[in-house]
Amino acid sequence: MGSYVPSTRQERAQMLQKIGVDSIDALFANVPAGMKLKTLNIPQGKSELEVSGMMSALAEENRVFPVIFRGAGAYNHYIPSIVKSVTSKEEFITAYTPYQAEISQGILQSIFEYQTMICELTGMDVSNASVYDGASAAAEAAAMCRDRRRSRVLVSAAAHPMVIRTIQTYCHAAHVEVGIVPMKDGVTDKDALASMLDAKTACFYLQQPNYFGQLEDADTFGELVHGAGAKYIMGVNPIACAMVKTPAESGADIAVGEGQPLGMPLSFGGPYLGFMACTSAMMRKLPGRIVGETTDSEGNRAFVLTLQAREQHIRREKASSNVCSNQALCALTASVYMTAMGAQGMQQVAELCYAKAHYTAAELGKIKGFELVYNGPFFHEFVTGCPGDPQVLLSRLEEEGILGGYPVEGGILWCATEMNTKAQIDKLASVIREVSGAWN
Amino acid sequence: MELIFEQSREGRGCAILPGLDVPAAELPEGLRRGKKLHLPQIAEVDISRHYTALMKRTHGVNDGFYPLGSCTMKYNPKINDEMANLPGFAKIHPLQPAHTVQGCLKALCMAEELLCEITGMDSMTFQPAAGAHGEFTGLMLIQAYHESRGDHKRTKIIVPDAAHGTNPASAAMVGYEVVSIPSNSEGCVDLEKLRAAVGEDTAGLMLTNPNTVGIFDKNILEITRIIHDAGGLNYYDGANLNAVMGIVRPGDMGFDVIHLNLHKTFSTPHGGGGPGSGPVGCKELLKPFLPVFHQVREGDSCKFENPAQSIGSVKAFYGNFLVVLRALAYVLTLGAEGIPEASANAVLNANYLMHELADLYEMAYDGPCMHEFVMSLSKLKKENGVSAMDIAKSLLDHGIHPPTMYFPLIVEEALMVEPTETESKETLDGAAAVFRSIYETALSDPQSLHDAPVRTPIRRPDELGAARNPKLRYQFTE
Repeated sequence: MGSYVPSTRQERAQMLQKIGVDSIDALFANVPAGMKLKTLNIPQGKSELEVSGMMSALAEENRVFPVIFRGAGAYNHYIPSIVKSVTSKEEFITAYTPYQAEISQGILQSIFEYQTMICELTGMDVSNASVYDGASAAAEAAAMCRDRRRSRVLVSAAAHPMVIRTIQTYCHAAHVEVGIVPMKDGVTDKDALASMLDAKTACFYLQQPNYFGQLEDADTFGELVHGAGAKYIMGVNPIACAMVKTPAESGADIAVGEGQPLGMPLSFGGPYLGFMACTSAMMRKLPGRIVGETTDSEGNRAFVLTLQAREQHIRREKASSNVCSNQALCALTASVYMTAMGAQGMQQVAELCYAKAHYTAAELGKIKGFELVYNGPFFHEFVTGCPGDPQVLLSRLEEEGILGGYPVEGGILWCATEMNTKAQIDKLASVIREVSGAWN
Repeated sequence: MELIFEQSREGRGCAILPGLDVPAAELPEGLRRGKKLHLPQIAEVDISRHYTALMKRTHGVNDGFYPLGSCTMKYNPKINDEMANLPGFAKIHPLQPAHTVQGCLKALCMAEELLCEITGMDSMTFQPAAGAHGEFTGLMLIQAYHESRGDHKRTKIIVPDAAHGTNPASAAMVGYEVVSIPSNSEGCVDLEKLRAAVGEDTAGLMLTNPNTVGIFDKNILEITRIIHDAGGLNYYDGANLNAVMGIVRPGDMGFDVIHLNLHKTFSTPHGGGGPGSGPVGCKELLKPFLPVFHQVREGDSCKFENPAQSIGSVKAFYGNFLVVLRALAYVLTLGAEGIPEASANAVLNANYLMHELADLYEMAYDGPCMHEFVMSLSKLKKENGVSAMDIAKSLLDHGIHPPTMYFPLIVEEALMVEPTETESKETLDGAAAVFRSIYETALSDPQSLHDAPVRTPIRRPDELGAARNPKLRYQFTE
């Protein structure tokens, strides 16, 4: 059996003798005898070699696609080697939340740098140290906006379905009403939003680019929402932020998003990174950890967890949120990624995504039935029609080692990133041409 | 130390990406970002050195003894990290077709089966990303259960005053009124006060057992029965499961729903504050309400299923999957004998260290402890002016991460010590000697403890100043 207990039998006996009891069992005297477990019905422990074999066998039951044209909330990007190298350092991996600032300056400074980069990327004033993922960040952002007078939450129907669902779940728990603002031509319907905004509306959540890849007219939504006295939350793609108008420029009060594209592998959905940033006015409503700069008793630069009067360990049931753990190692990943890329690299990856997606859309658009479903501007995802059963096409693509787009209502949602070469895109088009040829 | 931004030099950088191999495309003018993006311009060598410098200013479990109470800072086995990083897991898109992700789904099914057996639960969701997220999820299950029965009068959750701060905060997020009940002189639930607090409005109870003072509540069956008799459900905060895994199960104590902290009990690393994983287990009666994407076996294969009356989703996708894998590797390694052995040794180590200190330090409660114990420095504070904070800061100079300070709130000047099972007798003896010498210093030279630490990268920081004048980001000069 495997074990990580260093004590030998002899040492255990010495320890028991010092304590003055006969057996470890005697230390469990408070546990009612009848309640104790007779046998734990799980397999016997295994050696490291055996466990390695079992886990590797599970990994081999998964298919790693060499070519991916699927996004829908999880994006295939290149991860610079320096990212993995830094985040493999055991000090970062094995530390707890930096409660003891004097021996946690490394983690604290890395979070301070992360907060700065998120503010830069989004244009917002203040960032927290991260939350669980983009969807929970959106739900926490909605909670920041609610008060007694204004409690209703509006969400764009063009947001990611899992984000909508998460916001609904959080709101349902708190007995708060959620209104879904319908979509028109692949983007959020402005007229519908205007008619839904009222004196009870706390906030409106818009995703940019939206679930279907379309770029929304974010400024106008901001004006509408603020005109009704509500708060404006934008969920943004961090790569697109390097190229597209920032949420701050579009008037957002809170910007949130899924940070996975910033150096995190796909990982079957997690761990990812929820980033959250807001205006200075909303700073004290932010959930979770926030790191601030200060000085130590000798005047040296120092970093600490700060504004803790918001948090659960101080405020208990009156806290701004129950968040305790964050995704610190993922935040570190994102900051090393952004450092390695630099401003130029971030703009380059955005431009590559944009150009490759537009080339893909153009090539697919040449095939009958695979034209774009929506005609507005888009970033790196887009929906095409599919004149036959999408599963037939996707299975054929699988045979070629290609994870195709994601089936959505009305067609298929495709994604292209810097990882997709022209040759891959041309191959994709040729397989689609072949399959759809059989359909005609 | 310099920030990464202060090391930036115009024109430096890394060459990561190739040029375009498709025609260039232009984003329409009105959509383009106007604000300049400031990110560091740094050569790779200096990135590497910057983060190495930060690494040296960070203390992890790998650096030394870390008896941070309630956080179970046990050793994080390296095989677990290696397995989680296998390309067959790390490179899997979450929306791949089910037949291409059978390994991931099987891993989730296996983890569910093993952890349900360890906790005495019938079903488990891995979607919650951390302990507090699990509490929120579990409370929603309780809420959904009562609502499904048309029972809308249950508006209160009972939480002992010794509970973790996340408990009342989570209850508030689910719209519950929190009823705080005082602990008795033994640090346990006061049965009379509990009986007086329950009623037709009781939705449930949140409890940690062993509790936050490190004592197993021997009345646990009576406590959970009082709640059940009132029509409420019992929630187990799994933060302290490391004391009892494989020895006694929350399911057998009368709990209906629990969360686990895989980043505590099941050895996954904390990552400087996350990612964690807070799976929620429940009895059959709550299973219909679990979040969407519940893994199930179907013949030889596995798939996701949405429970009939699901509460919905607490995040996107299926949880912090790579963290769950680490915990799975850990449970497979320890197995039927290793799981209880870990808890037995966690309890032994805590009792040993407590015994080695008990003649000097005042323990908050008498009798054997479980996996952690709480000391009160209130006498020393009154008589010599040395606080729990001073003792903690002095430990830093000795390379020991301090215990949890000022928690639980019911003990004055508290230090909560949790050694865990992965520390050797020499480490405990060494730590005991340090604690003892600090105590002597507290009597002979209290000022030196007020000044501690002196050997750390920084001295005590001005926390008040940080909160009064928040500086939360670096400001660039345009």
